[in-house]
Amino acid sequence: MSTRLAQGGRLIDRSKPKNFTFNGKRMKGYEGDTLAAALLGEDQMLMGRSFKYHRPRGVVASGAEEPNALVNLGQGERFEPNQRVTTTELFDGLTCTSQNHWPSLEFDVGVVNNYAARFLPAGFYYKTFMAPAAAWKHVFEPIIRKSAGLGQVPTEADADRYEHYYHHTDVVIIGGGVAGLASALAAGRSGAKVLVMEQTHHWGGRAAVDGGEIDGQSVDAWIDATLAELEGMENVTLRTRMMASGVYDHGYVLGYERVADHTPGDGRPRHRLWRIRTKQIVTATGAIERPLSFAGNDIPGVMLASAVRDYVVNWGVSIGDRTVVVTNNDDGYRTALTLKEAGLVVPVVLDARSEATGPLAEAARTAGIRVEPGRAIAKVHGGKRVTGVSICLQAGEGSALEEIKCDAVAMSGGWSPVVHMWSHCGGKLIWDEAQAHFRPDPNRAPTSHDGEAFVVTAGTASGAMSLAETLEDAYAAGKAAGKAAGGKAIRKAGPKADAEEAQPMAPVWIMPQGAGPQKRMKMWLDYQNDVKVSDVQLAAREGYESVEHTKRYTTLGMATDQGKLSNINGLAVLSDALGQEIPTTGTTTFRPPYTPISFGAIAGEARHEIFQPIRRTPMHQWHEDAGAYMEPVGHWRRPYCYAKPGETNEQAVNREVLNTRENLGLLDASTLGKLIVKGPDAGKFMDMMYTNMMSNLAVGKCRYGLMCSENGFLSDDGVVARIDEDTWLCHTTSGGADRIHAWMEEWLQTEWWDWKVYVANVTEQLAQVAVVGPNARKVLEKLNAQAGGGMDLSAEALPFMQWADGKIGAFDARAYRISFSGELSYEIAVPASQGRAFWDALLDAGEEFGVMPYGTECLHIMRAEKGFIMIGDETDGTVIPQDLGLNWAISKKKDDFLGKRAQQRSHMTDPERWKLVGLETLDGSVLPDGAYAVGEGNNVHGQRNMIGRVTSTYYSPTLKKGIAMGLVLHGPDRMGEVISFPTVDGSNTVIKARICDPVFYDKDGEKQNV
Amino acid sequence: MSNAVSALQGASFDGYCKVEEAGLTGMITLRGDLASKGVAKAVKAVTGAAMPGQGEVTEGAKGRVGWMSPDELLLIVDHAEAAAIVEAATKSLGDEHSLVVNVSDARAVYRVKGASCREVIAKLTPADTSVMQPGMLRRTRIAQIPAAFYLEDDETAVLVCFRSVAQYAFDILKDAAQPGGEVF
Repeated sequence: MSTRLAQGGRLIDRSKPKNFTFNGKRMKGYEGDTLAAALLGEDQMLMGRSFKYHRPRGVVASGAEEPNALVNLGQGERFEPNQRVTTTELFDGLTCTSQNHWPSLEFDVGVVNNYAARFLPAGFYYKTFMAPAAAWKHVFEPIIRKSAGLGQVPTEADADRYEHYYHHTDVVIIGGGVAGLASALAAGRSGAKVLVMEQTHHWGGRAAVDGGEIDGQSVDAWIDATLAELEGMENVTLRTRMMASGVYDHGYVLGYERVADHTPGDGRPRHRLWRIRTKQIVTATGAIERPLSFAGNDIPGVMLASAVRDYVVNWGVSIGDRTVVVTNNDDGYRTALTLKEAGLVVPVVLDARSEATGPLAEAARTAGIRVEPGRAIAKVHGGKRVTGVSICLQAGEGSALEEIKCDAVAMSGGWSPVVHMWSHCGGKLIWDEAQAHFRPDPNRAPTSHDGEAFVVTAGTASGAMSLAETLEDAYAAGKAAGKAAGGKAIRKAGPKADAEEAQPMAPVWIMPQGAGPQKRMKMWLDYQNDVKVSDVQLAAREGYESVEHTKRYTTLGMATDQGKLSNINGLAVLSDALGQEIPTTGTTTFRPPYTPISFGAIAGEARHEIFQPIRRTPMHQWHEDAGAYMEPVGHWRRPYCYAKPGETNEQAVNREVLNTRENLGLLDASTLGKLIVKGPDAGKFMDMMYTNMMSNLAVGKCRYGLMCSENGFLSDDGVVARIDEDTWLCHTTSGGADRIHAWMEEWLQTEWWDWKVYVANVTEQLAQVAVVGPNARKVLEKLNAQAGGGMDLSAEALPFMQWADGKIGAFDARAYRISFSGELSYEIAVPASQGRAFWDALLDAGEEFGVMPYGTECLHIMRAEKGFIMIGDETDGTVIPQDLGLNWAISKKKDDFLGKRAQQRSHMTDPERWKLVGLETLDGSVLPDGAYAVGEGNNVHGQRNMIGRVTSTYYSPTLKKGIAMGLVLHGPDRMGEVISFPTVDGSNTVIKARICDPVFYDKDGEKQNV
Repeated sequence: MSNAVSALQGASFDGYCKVEEAGLTGMITLRGDLASKGVAKAVKAVTGAAMPGQGEVTEGAKGRVGWMSPDELLLIVDHAEAAAIVEAATKSLGDEHSLVVNVSDARAVYRVKGASCREVIAKLTPADTSVMQPGMLRRTRIAQIPAAFYLEDDETAVLVCFRSVAQYAFDILKDAAQPGGEVF
């Protein structure tokens, strides 16, 4: 059984106990524990079930590489599934539950899959659920969905906050082990600005566990001294609990800082995503120990040898009283020696190599440990935990020579450098025969914009396997990075350790090497996804040659741990099955994030009311206070209508239309785009931007204009005013202001760079109010009378389609006599700072004239009654002005304008193009929006021929019937004809509508010209 | 002008930095050839400030001048004087091709005050705030909106954004300045 030892644990503080619960059971650990250490300290070996076969799973590692021990962490608004216990810091009150079992962890019905495992090999789903097609949707998918999945999905909104932080530096050092610290010393001494990030909460990595001396001190003492020196350097920033998630182009690094995972609810952001720009990156990411593939290597109690050692040294936790060590390299002996020193029993060290001659093996023998070279594990005994092992010859087929009782197995299959950060941006790997691992190829580093390397590896991440080599390599890497980032060359010597002798490791991919099918079906490669040696071999037999295909076919390495333990072993097995060298097979692709990061960290502050910027006009608050029903228009929110108590939105809209036509309406038109175009060449430029002539517009006058894309399609429209000899003001649609501004700048900067024209977007400088209705002039004149404004608003002084500057009441105003409603109408622009006061003054003064604000739907109905088009309704990116009968607004005199040549293409001049007409239903009903009119016969696809579609459709309260506009084949030539619009609401009815003039109301414009 | 109000009318928040809306601020966009003597003269005449170099903001008796792009300046002046300054600058520039336009009300202005003002802004902008000193100006973005900022002194950052997103800007600055969010 696993237990807390009476002594030891360099990372824990036994004076500070922490209480937590696992599956409701109260447990105790200490400050400094990981959840894994605390659970093991309480003899909780079984922590979850595997994904496919629901096999019992216990912790196998001690860090970020852990595939097995995932829990549902926290509850309610702090619930999060799939949290690795090895990287979760223990805190008081932590609660967690195990995953992927029913009804309980101890007794799981899903384990039946385990007994059916021989029928569920790789590709089972692909092969089984092929046909019939309907069965997939109704039978297979629901069942698979139900049985799949590890943790539960959170049901409550996240209580925590998150943020981003942008950091700029010269050198980023990823990893705070002794290699990272040695690199930081060198880079720091060069004077470069350095950021060192360590994913755990403690510095020094695993060197202190492995032992040795640096510069004549213990590793722990050296770490302390080095930290003190680094903390004293102003140019060095040290961060713990911060993992490098990914390395991207041009020295961009994402750092995932777990600020408050261990102090939930203390008001700090839970996670902070560091978005880092750096000149150089040093990856001091260490290495991950590989499991060995023997039968039963997934039974709880079988762990990585280094992890077994970590739990004893770091947290004072033993996995078992009797631990069998199985290894193919010298490092495994460290675990045997550590256990022995801690007073635990190591019945045997099984060394797969034919002889064990290294100094560590000798030390083990001297310590009285039985060492068996050339031996292997034939089988692990036990179900939910290890009870013993059968041993055999590594060279044989697995006949048991001896059975040894034990409650833990420590395995070491060699070490693989963590190459993720090196590989993210294209760093290449080489296969190191001696160490049987892939390591970074220093000659093929990731390169930046200048073709120079911007990532360098340090220490074990480079493939250095001894403390001495690690320190030398890491210090050199820090030195090189500091210099490459602009620091000065340094001469001060780096830290040193004594060279060690070691016996070469021997690659062991299957144990024993001649194991038959029965054993291979029990050798786990990917613990989380239940991929075994036999699955990869099957894939190879079925023709999967590419490692990427095999990965997807077998799901090897596709679990939440992304194959940190299984990758190399899996591709070695595949290579063997394919009869080719490992480098020929290659690796799968390393992609960010290194381990999963929270969505919260990615979203940062963008939640709730700051999810997205909302644009507000100066009168926005008034609209909200008035209870307006708001609709999004771009990022603006505009009032759709102002429903009064007891009124539906539809009733409100109808009231607003009638009141505006009969009395006085106010529209907040501030969102309308306003662009100033000025310069000696502005007239020429305006003539290019608009389809009609703008250069000859007289100062003081307004003209409606159309803008097209270079492909001729109608893009935007609005009223243009000539301000002075070389200045025009262009109104754009609300959604189009920024787009058209950018469009103008693009032409000026890329094509007509020598034209003397400047453009400024003054949309937000001005609040604009449309004062509309028969009483419009009266209310403005009343404001003038009240506050002595001087602007003459009479029909004579300010006729239709003109503008004037001056004072209206107390306000600095520019008034445009323009109308989008067909009524007497002024659009008044005032400085935005005065907008709200102007709006209030109009409402106040307008009371006696029946003033009511109106929203965007009323605006739409009034313009449709007048037959005015709306960008986005009548246009959809495929419509040209000619389709809309707007030929009058297309200059024939101009040599050129944007879209002119495109509009001469044969398809654009095709008389078969659908054209704009009005539509009135025979029964007065409202046509459905977007409805299609059908013609005779079918097209080549056997579909009914279409002859038109509705672009705008409303109930007109003015005319008391439905009105619509639409694009219809030969429409303008078919006035009076009735066409059919079948409904799609299931009623099987057809609506008949007569083609008519699109101007339904006051065709002669008598109402606006008063 | 008693009717004139700024977007958030001086709203403020005390976090680990103080965030406050600066109220009405005069702002003028001047586009022209920044190398020309006429532009320098007009700028000097209306603000008293010298022409700023790239990424700089200069200060004169009547206002500040910030470099916004190779052909654009931002004049920061008294709000009540802005219209008159636009007129004066336009007149001073005469026939020289240029555009001077009052954008005072198109903007909202915030001050972030405190020893950590650079850090608070660094949560929102990809610009390197650590190298910013008084006299420098960055045109950049904060979270999802365009913005520019400069330092009035070592502990006061001034941040300019569009008026329509004034509330959003205030809210994200507040969020960034929340106690407990200290990075260092």
